[in-house]
Amino acid sequence: MKSYANITGYLFISPFLFGFFLLTLYPALQSLYFSFTDYSLLEAGSWVGTDNYTRMFTADPNFAKSLGITFTYVIFAVPLKLLFALLVAIVLNKQIKGMSFYRTIMYLPSLIGGSIAVAVLWKNIFGAEGFISKLLALIGIENMSLVTNPDTALSTLVLLQAWQFGSAMIIFLAGLKQIPKELYEASAVDGASKVRQFFSVTLTMLSPVILFNLILGLIGSFQMFTQAFIITKGGPLKSTYMYALYLYEKAFGAFQMGYASALAWVLLLIIAAATALNFAISKYWVFYESEGGK
Amino acid sequence: MSSLKRMKNRNLPTHIILILVCVVMIYPIVWWLGASLKTNAEMSLPGIFPNDPQWSNYVKGWTAIPDYSFTRFFTNTFIIELFSVAGSVASASLVAFGFARISFKYSKLWFALLMLTMMIPSQVIVIPQYVMFFNLDWINTYLPIIVPHFFGGGGFFVFLLVQFIRSIPRELDESAKIDGCTTFGIYYRIIMPLVKPALVTVAIYSFLWTWDDFFQQLLYINSVEKFTVGLALRLFMDSQSTVEWGQMLSMSLLSIIPSVIVFFLAQKQFIEGIATTGLKG
Repeated sequence: MKSYANITGYLFISPFLFGFFLLTLYPALQSLYFSFTDYSLLEAGSWVGTDNYTRMFTADPNFAKSLGITFTYVIFAVPLKLLFALLVAIVLNKQIKGMSFYRTIMYLPSLIGGSIAVAVLWKNIFGAEGFISKLLALIGIENMSLVTNPDTALSTLVLLQAWQFGSAMIIFLAGLKQIPKELYEASAVDGASKVRQFFSVTLTMLSPVILFNLILGLIGSFQMFTQAFIITKGGPLKSTYMYALYLYEKAFGAFQMGYASALAWVLLLIIAAATALNFAISKYWVFYESEGGK
Repeated sequence: MSSLKRMKNRNLPTHIILILVCVVMIYPIVWWLGASLKTNAEMSLPGIFPNDPQWSNYVKGWTAIPDYSFTRFFTNTFIIELFSVAGSVASASLVAFGFARISFKYSKLWFALLMLTMMIPSQVIVIPQYVMFFNLDWINTYLPIIVPHFFGGGGFFVFLLVQFIRSIPRELDESAKIDGCTTFGIYYRIIMPLVKPALVTVAIYSFLWTWDDFFQQLLYINSVEKFTVGLALRLFMDSQSTVEWGQMLSMSLLSIIPSVIVFFLAQKQFIEGIATTGLKG
């Protein structure tokens, strides 16, 4: 009976098993191997030891540049998006009329934000002829194309990310609904003000959800590709040269698969480190009810 | 009556704030609608809608890429969608049933590994995958995009379905078994009809993500006759020396319509999907 369950169980999950070994584990190990070779698609590579990694950290200005830009992007885009999402979710959570209407409107940008279509739109809005530059001209800033100015190009991408706060907002809304009403009643009896309640009840009870959204946002933003590829192509003057864009060019433009694999593994380590760091810090600010608050 | 009025008044500032936020959020989209009907010269004028709407932008844009019209690009994209969605729903439901209903050796370990695969950035596996598909001679076909959907459809979908299946009482399985139902019969006749809403959620997300998965399309498809809508838009933008913004914007607007329709038809499943699993939209 038991072995029958084993066989049927494995049969049912066999699509995943095949996928896991063929499309995830094997490629991951292969890419780790590639990262120690000078493999290019057209010719078999030879073992170069840690050369790729040494080169990255000592002789590749594009590596440092794209990494710096990606960090800047992540540091601005992720908190900004979460802040919007949290504030709007809190307002929407007050049992008001038309809540689902507002929610739909605010979710719409998240629905379409990742598409090429929106990249085209953004390129136009913030371009030389777009309405933002005309708006700036009205207040005296002439000939300002935010997309083609190296000082501001990255901020248009940050703004595009923040514009898509809808899905994070819906996760926050689900979290807010979980907070027991009694906590507010009890703290009101104890004389807590609205502001005090916001910090000691709402934010505290929501902290696991904040951590969840934060990590989700970090993982996604470190890999940001499409928008930079379409809107700015990494320019002007490499001011939006995202790490994923650099990796793509190395792998599929220059066909330096070995070096690009090393870049990919460094990205994996950075994402893993950022996630681990957030989990480590989280014990100082995230409240888990089941652990009695400690 | 008076208390009702008071409540309304108290909510008034909230509504004003929300409406303002909504206006800011929706403004680029409204502007987009208007701009798709403008000439290049009108593009930067302050008015949202032009006096003389250029409906011809849609007609000209549709056939702006030489040799192939957007009919072809939409058809191509829908072909990819059809197989990808079918693959995700079929394989994710099988895998989820296995994890949720059958206790087999190491099932917890495999489930943990499934969750872990969601964390791996795609960049790490994309290069060897490309090499593999290159060696299989699958480049410039839809197979590298479609086939992976048949292998479990990704951890998110399995996780979502497992959550749903676990909420169905096991007594149903037991009584079906007594009536002589096979395990596959329980999956197909008992569980699947009951998790239909969740299957719809999986189908919706699979549709939207495939539609927007520009990176895979960019990597694997290189002849124009096989282009998806996204690739066609990029070609449109890069191939012309003077960009016809009106045509570009009208075509890109059309390209989001399938996603928006899907969203409005199944809004409830959609929101629930995000809320229960924390899926990214």
